[in-house]
This record gives sequence, C-alpha cells and structure tokens, in this order.
Amino acid sequence: MTIETRTSGSVKILDIQGKITIGEGSAKLRSTVRELLQNGNKYILLDLGGVSYVDSSGIGELVSSFTTVSNQGGQLKLLNLTEKLQELLAITKLLTVFDSFTDEEEALASFSE
Amino acid sequence: MRPSNIELTFGSQLCFLDLVQDVSDKIGEIVGFDKNGCYWVSLSVCESVTNAILHGNREDAEKKVRLKFTILKDRLIIRVQDEGKGFDEQRLPNPLDPQNTLKPSGRGILYVRSFMDDVKYRPLTDGGWEVCMEKRLNCPKGDANDH
Repeated sequence: MTIETRTSGSVKILDIQGKITIGEGSAKLRSTVRELLQNGNKYILLDLGGVSYVDSSGIGELVSSFTTVSNQGGQLKLLNLTEKLQELLAITKLLTVFDSFTDEEEALASFSE
Repeated sequence: MRPSNIELTFGSQLCFLDLVQDVSDKIGEIVGFDKNGCYWVSLSVCESVTNAILHGNREDAEKKVRLKFTILKDRLIIRVQDEGKGFDEQRLPNPLDPQNTLKPSGRGILYVRSFMDDVKYRPLTDGGWEVCMEKRLNCPKGDANDH
C-alpha cells in the first residue's frame, strides 16, 4: 500500500493505492493520520479510488482514523469510494457515518473551519 | 468438473494471507465465479483465516491453520481449521448495535455471513475449531455477492 500526501489550503489529501488490510496497510494509514494530527493538520481527505482491497481490519482503521480526528476537533472525509468499499461500509451501517464524495473540489469545499 | 480437494497448511502468521487470497481467487476463477464473486469469497476466506491466526491460534507460529477447499458439482465448500478453543458466536458483540458501530473491530464474521451462502462454526472432534463455509456455484453472474 502506498500513501501520497497533497495539500489544498488547510486540507491534507491522502492518495491511497493498494490494500488496506490487517498488518502493514492498516498500520500505515494509522501512522500517517496520527502524524498529520500531531503536526496540527485536522482536515483530512482520504482519496480511496486506488484502493484495490479492504478487509474488516481496514474498515476498522477507517473508523478509528475518523474517530481520532473527530475527537481532536478535526474532520476526516472520504473521496472516490469503490463499489466494494461502499458495500462493506453499507453492510456495517457505516456509509452514513462518513461524509463521502466523488468530486474532489466538492469535497474540499465541504471542510469547514 | 469432478469433485476436487485443495488443502493448505501453514503456521499462524499473517504473512500468509496474500498467498491465501491468491489461492482463493484462483479457485474461485476455476469454479466459474465472476470477478465480484471471487472477490467476496476470497474476502470471506481471508477474514476467517485472520480469525484463526489471531483469535484461534493467538499468533503462535507453531500452531497450524488448515485451509481446505472442496469443489463439488453445485457448490464450493471451504473449511478453515485452527487449534484454538473456539468461541460462542452468540456472545460476540453485534457490530450493528449503535453502541458498537464506531468500534475498530468485530466486523469480520458479519462480512463472512453476508457473502457466503452457509456458515457454520463448530468444534473439531480431535480438538480445535472450524469454520465451514459454502458458496453455491450456480449463481448467475453478478449475483455472487447477493446477500
């Protein structure tokens, strides 16, 4: 799994490619989000369009990242959910928990100070 | 296709999950699942193997996980066996309860039950624990992930 970080205004955009699964993938997402928070970045957009595979651990990591960011007064939102990821989130009633977008500009505009 | 058995036995280490996924994907392809069907069956297999490694064998690399695929005329049967004591499914927290929705774990078995046609958890007669999952082979394309 690879994560590339971009910046747009006050929002950090994480372009994620590959698998978010138990072990390396989940751990990498966790450490990247924690590091952003530690550096004062509270607005995070995860672009998941390049994610090929997510397991329950990966879903758990998305939830955990969301709650960690929210608890620190920030916002974590999702961009470009794949059909399979939408299905996994729907089954576990998480689709409505996350703000998700298909358009990056729209997603960026939704972050509020 | 004639009935066939494919078995893998490996130590309880998560590094084998990629291999498990590759094997499961290939078997799904051989029995004629479409792309989505292969994906969801493999996800169910990997979730079950992860549970066997983490919770059944508690990541003791000396303890084995056995993964058995049985291809029948009308269905694929998949057994995942570990050396653990098993669990009472009724006592597991329901991940759909609002109080559990934002917990970081506890969704794997729900996914397995969502994507497979039949799932049974049971003790093995000579010790250990097994999940036995079935997926029908005659589902039309696109329906392999119906649930």
